Amino acid sequence: MNTQMMLVNIAKVSYFLAAVLFILGIKRMSSPVTARKGIVQAGIGMVIATLATFAITGGHNIGWIIAGIAIGVIPTWLWGKKVAMTDMPQMVALFNGMGGGSAAAIGAGELLKFTQMVDMFKPPLATLALAVIGALIGSISMTGSIIAWAKLDGRMDKRFTFDNQKIINFAVLALAVLVGLALVLWKLNAALVVVFFLLALAFGVLMTLPIGGADMPVVISLYNALTGLAVAFEGYAMGIEALIVAGMVVGAAGTFLTQLMAKAMNRPLTNVLFSNFGGGGEGSAIAGAQKPIDPADAASLLYMAEKVIIVPGYGMAVAQAQHKIWELSQALIKAGKEVKFAIHPVAGRMPGHMNVLLAEAGVPYDLIADMDDINPEFKTCDVAIVIGANDVVNPAAKTDKSSPIFGMPILNVVDARQVIVIKRGKGTGFAGIENALFYQDNSRMLYADGKEAANSLIAELKALDGGGGH
Amino acid sequence: MIDGFLALYVFMLAAFTGKEIIGRVPVILHTPLMSGSNFVHGIVLVGAMIALANAESVLATVIGFVGVILGAGNAAGGYVVTERMLEMFKSSKDR
Repeated sequence: MNTQMMLVNIAKVSYFLAAVLFILGIKRMSSPVTARKGIVQAGIGMVIATLATFAITGGHNIGWIIAGIAIGVIPTWLWGKKVAMTDMPQMVALFNGMGGGSAAAIGAGELLKFTQMVDMFKPPLATLALAVIGALIGSISMTGSIIAWAKLDGRMDKRFTFDNQKIINFAVLALAVLVGLALVLWKLNAALVVVFFLLALAFGVLMTLPIGGADMPVVISLYNALTGLAVAFEGYAMGIEALIVAGMVVGAAGTFLTQLMAKAMNRPLTNVLFSNFGGGGEGSAIAGAQKPIDPADAASLLYMAEKVIIVPGYGMAVAQAQHKIWELSQALIKAGKEVKFAIHPVAGRMPGHMNVLLAEAGVPYDLIADMDDINPEFKTCDVAIVIGANDVVNPAAKTDKSSPIFGMPILNVVDARQVIVIKRGKGTGFAGIENALFYQDNSRMLYADGKEAANSLIAELKALDGGGGH
Repeated sequence: MIDGFLALYVFMLAAFTGKEIIGRVPVILHTPLMSGSNFVHGIVLVGAMIALANAESVLATVIGFVGVILGAGNAAGGYVVTERMLEMFKSSKDR
């Protein structure tokens, strides 16, 4: 066996090891106890696979390879280290777009290589087809993720629509697929490859433009799955097993996660992608008025309560109020009250995003309850505090068929004996819909910035405790 | 290079594996898990490195170079943000 053969075998064994570590890592990441070990394990797999790859590149272009890795790693590492937890969704979108772009680049390289081959050396049909499909998916995922990033980062208007949008989008996709078919079955030439990529990249942009912010979690998750598939297909085209296994595992896990999310929002995936949300339907008008409350009265409600459920929404994170809310909760727990946090599956901007934000503030995860577990408990709760959440507690989702959010599962805050809503003003939520909860007899509105409200509640509670004694 | 039908089986088994291993994930871990799986497809870096190593023409070198930069960014960024998120998950017993 010559040296080159041996090096290739070492690399192949390393890829196998990496694939095992990736699967174990993802498995561990699905339990809070082992999650931390999981990402470290997957990280070790990545380092092993990358180092092993140097063994089979034979030193060709090694300067370019090292420079490329340095340019890719250093800024993203530094940026990832310091970015705020509230900005995680757009970071995931951005890194995902990079992965899609990398897969698309591999596809482009392979296709260009194929165009230069003479007929008898042409690749088998399956190789060519998967290289084309991977390139298509990777390109869509790249530009789509960039648009998703721009929207979540507030660099772009939430939605962008024009006449005949669906028809134009469909036409672009159909053209991209047709050109792809032509590449596989008819003629492999460079000009056609360029047209193919332009169409695929354009479709990623067009497809994401009309989707509103409320649906962005599902879209990012979908693009994450798509990048996984693109990586798997390009892995097949290049004959690298680690890419096939890791990409496919992510593709399947991501698709499953996307379904879970779409289900949690009661929005079939087709609706997310092809209908507009957050601008349309008005819903029925609501009679009555919102009843304000001042911090002192709100604090006495809390003082007398035995069980308090806190319902945080993205607005809390925007106000950076999570630390103060946890301080308030600790004060309540110290006073002998039962405190729980109720999390809607799509609270925040990605499923589980709110949990990350609460974890950052120091809230232990065993105080945080999922929607299905906490919903029956609202009946026995004395005070529910809604902070920065709106659509996910809107009873119209259950009662008002004309509401655009009708059918979405919600937290049953309506059932609590008293509801305190901390809100900056009277505006509507992300989806732009009036909230009937705010007009209920047992609801009181505490109009304030989240942080300020929590601060004054803590102060008022202290005053009550000091003045009244036990 | 693995043969067509064998590859089909690998695709299928990997897909079932992906679905199974996250089947029981609690909602609280959805975001870190999405981010973690986002990191795992950063393995695309390996493909881009090989493509760049095999590049003969200027165009192929440029494409491969861009691929390596993007793949490395996916892997590095994905790892850092996932690790940061997971570091914060603690139960009441841990403190």
